[in-house]
Amino acid sequence: MVTLKINGQQHSLDVEADMPLLWAIRNEIGLTGTKYGCGIAQCGACTVLMDGKAVRSCSLPVGSAQDKNIVTIEGLAENGNLTKVQQAWVAEDVPQCGYCQSGQIMSAVALLNRTSNPDESDIDAAMAGNICRCGTYVRIRRAIKRAAGKV
Amino acid sequence: MAKMKKLSRRDFVVSAATASGGLALGLFMPGFPAFAAPAYKNPAFAGDAADPREVNAWVVIEPDDTVTLRCPMAEMGQGTGTGLPMLLAEELECDWSKVKVEFSSVNRNIRENGIYGDQMTAGSRGIRTTWPYVQQAGASARARLIAAAAQRWNVATSECVAAKSKVMHQASGRSLRFGELVTDAAKIKLAQEPAIKTPEEFKFAGTRQPRLDSAAKSDGSAKFGIDTREAGQLYASIMSCPVFGGKLVSVDDSAIRNARGVKQVVKLDDAVAVVADNYWRANEALKKLKVKWDGGKDARTDSIRFAQDYRDALDGPLVAARNDGDAKGVIAKSAHVVTAEYETPLLAHATMEPCNATVHLQKGRMDIWMGSQSAFSNAKMAAEETGLKPEQIYFHQTYLGGGFGRRTFGDELRHAIRVAKAGNITVPLQLLWSREQDMHADRYRPQSAIRMKGALTADGKLEALYIQSACGSIARSTGRKVPDGIDFTALEGIGPSVPYNKIPNWYTGQMLKDTHVPVGYWRSVGGSQNCFYMESFIDELAHAAGKDPLEFRRSLTDRVDSLAVLKKLEEISNWHKPLAPGRGRGISLVDNHEALGGQVAEVTIQSNGEVKVDRVYAVTDAYHVVNPNLVDAQIEGGVIFGMTAMLYGEITIKDGAAVQGNFNDYRMVRMPDAPATVTALALTGGKDEKGKPKWGGVGECSTAPIAAAIANAIFAASGKRIRSLPLKNLKLTELASL
Repeated sequence: MVTLKINGQQHSLDVEADMPLLWAIRNEIGLTGTKYGCGIAQCGACTVLMDGKAVRSCSLPVGSAQDKNIVTIEGLAENGNLTKVQQAWVAEDVPQCGYCQSGQIMSAVALLNRTSNPDESDIDAAMAGNICRCGTYVRIRRAIKRAAGKV
Repeated sequence: MAKMKKLSRRDFVVSAATASGGLALGLFMPGFPAFAAPAYKNPAFAGDAADPREVNAWVVIEPDDTVTLRCPMAEMGQGTGTGLPMLLAEELECDWSKVKVEFSSVNRNIRENGIYGDQMTAGSRGIRTTWPYVQQAGASARARLIAAAAQRWNVATSECVAAKSKVMHQASGRSLRFGELVTDAAKIKLAQEPAIKTPEEFKFAGTRQPRLDSAAKSDGSAKFGIDTREAGQLYASIMSCPVFGGKLVSVDDSAIRNARGVKQVVKLDDAVAVVADNYWRANEALKKLKVKWDGGKDARTDSIRFAQDYRDALDGPLVAARNDGDAKGVIAKSAHVVTAEYETPLLAHATMEPCNATVHLQKGRMDIWMGSQSAFSNAKMAAEETGLKPEQIYFHQTYLGGGFGRRTFGDELRHAIRVAKAGNITVPLQLLWSREQDMHADRYRPQSAIRMKGALTADGKLEALYIQSACGSIARSTGRKVPDGIDFTALEGIGPSVPYNKIPNWYTGQMLKDTHVPVGYWRSVGGSQNCFYMESFIDELAHAAGKDPLEFRRSLTDRVDSLAVLKKLEEISNWHKPLAPGRGRGISLVDNHEALGGQVAEVTIQSNGEVKVDRVYAVTDAYHVVNPNLVDAQIEGGVIFGMTAMLYGEITIKDGAAVQGNFNDYRMVRMPDAPATVTALALTGGKDEKGKPKWGGVGECSTAPIAAAIANAIFAASGKRIRSLPLKNLKLTELASL
């Protein structure tokens, strides 16, 4: 048995310890906001927070996620209110197809967790692991600045 | 296969009225709660049966005045799921905050003879060809609501007006909400359907509005095909024969016998799949199979050979696809001929959501959940695959995690159906292509080569263009005949769909050269390679003529749209202001999917010879637009999409199979590469040749120009001319200066 704490809830799962966290979240727990894009930690669509840091859940065995605080896109909102990063995403109309945006938002949240006032190179570095095929980078950058209170 | 009736606007209204006949129920289902802001409904797809609240098949009005558009277009990011409801609200005169949207029923479209059109979301057609239907739906609904109110008050309809979700009788000051009129309105038969508004009459359409789906796409709740979860659902991962067109010979599954969760191994003619209770288990087991394939003679092919074949094909024989004046004769006599050869490779679509389909095959019925650009034709294909009748197929459209042309063919659906059938799987089955399968089994942007010759007069005017092109045929690859040897998709940008009309002598010869590698529509289609060729070569000609590249383009056209885009571009890019050494500015102008796209790229050549694209100015003339916010997003994104191809994009073939399989070897533009983008509209309005408002499509006209804009900027900065893509294969320091 593997015990995971996801969005504040404990889940006991009878799964292999080497099952990537992504597939435990999507297939076993049934939270589908976290996406599969590449399976090799190259695209960032599967990004979740582990103890506040952005990790690629497609390449993280559930065994390594035990006893950690995992937050997915579904766990960001508080009392039904979107967080400031999500609000900034809506205000800037960032998403196009939207598929990568859960991962983008999680990476942005992790960035702002450690740097409340990121500069351009902080944004480049923090977001370089997240691909957006629709090409929403201009708006992602704007939304991060908005969330940081720069707009 | 049922042949779809070609739908005129008039037919559509008649059939819509029929569909809403017999609705004298007066009983309402409990209405949905009112929403503070417009949104997609959840579930996002419409019911498959007529609804008592529908005024016509496209529009439902609830007692609380909520208006729902059954949208015929898929939503893959392009934003027509917001633009089309705006057009509806414009005609219906309803409160925008009460408008919702859902995907129209595919099953109903089959049963009601294409009442929602072909539901094809491709070719930048979302607004460009759908506006008349949506506007008519809104206008016809409004006229029925007014007629119902007039009837109730016993006054003339001409005394009543609709505004803000109410019908008002001006003389008496009475008013009724739309929700109070909808049952009566559904019964109204009009002698004549009302005329729709012209864009000049719009009050709401044309304004900058937020997308309806941003919140759902920012909180994880938006459902894509991959998110389908039905009771008892199983998961499949599949691998196609690596050599396109090859066959499966044998499968040794000894390594996965007793593997946890694995239900079965399913063999198809050209693929093998593993079905399990969790996708990861299915995919891990698939990787452990020992599979023998027969690739046939195509297993001996590779990209180096193909590239040579395309170059050799330029010597002909070619089919004349455009022949104005006497290009050959003028070039033979000209004292100043410029010649260049260019080439570009195969490209993968690489949608962020890998292709997938969920099917539930039952006796006399199949349900499908997937995001498709072509749900209607996919559903008909599903009927053929299963032997069911088309009306027994229930296709539930979801959001698409990117389309770009990939999600039109239904290859993933065909796989899901074949695995379900061959494995006799009667529970819901989700078949998901791994990223590697998605990249290895794509239908790629065709490979091509081109030779271009231009003749300049002594004073630097372009008097003739002579173009020889060899390109893969999408039409042939997708099973259509090309009896005259001319495939528009291979030609657009070098024959038809060009922004210039003052080049007197013009020949384009085409050789459709196919390989065993499947090719398909890829965002901006022929423009993706041809506009790179054309606009790079126009730049070469401008420099050879000693002319400013922008002024040179101006001399090639008197089209109002082309000139408007050039003028705007000149202004916003500070075109005439010199840049520092090592930096360069390049321009490109295209006509793609009936919209003009002009771009100026600014680049810096770094000390190591690498190119940084600093800034892109992008100007669009789509004649009319519904929502500039959506247009901006399409333009910004299209630039990045085309830039990825320019800098990195290349699928190579080795031993008959695609080499690249994931984002580690098929590189994408990422945040640090992304240039600042400045967008602007230069709308020239106007009508088409039939006198109808002219609408351009904005989904692709910014992808086509970017490669040439960057290449021309590199030339301006370094004197190096880029004649083959992607740029990653070239070392600028080793290229000869021209």
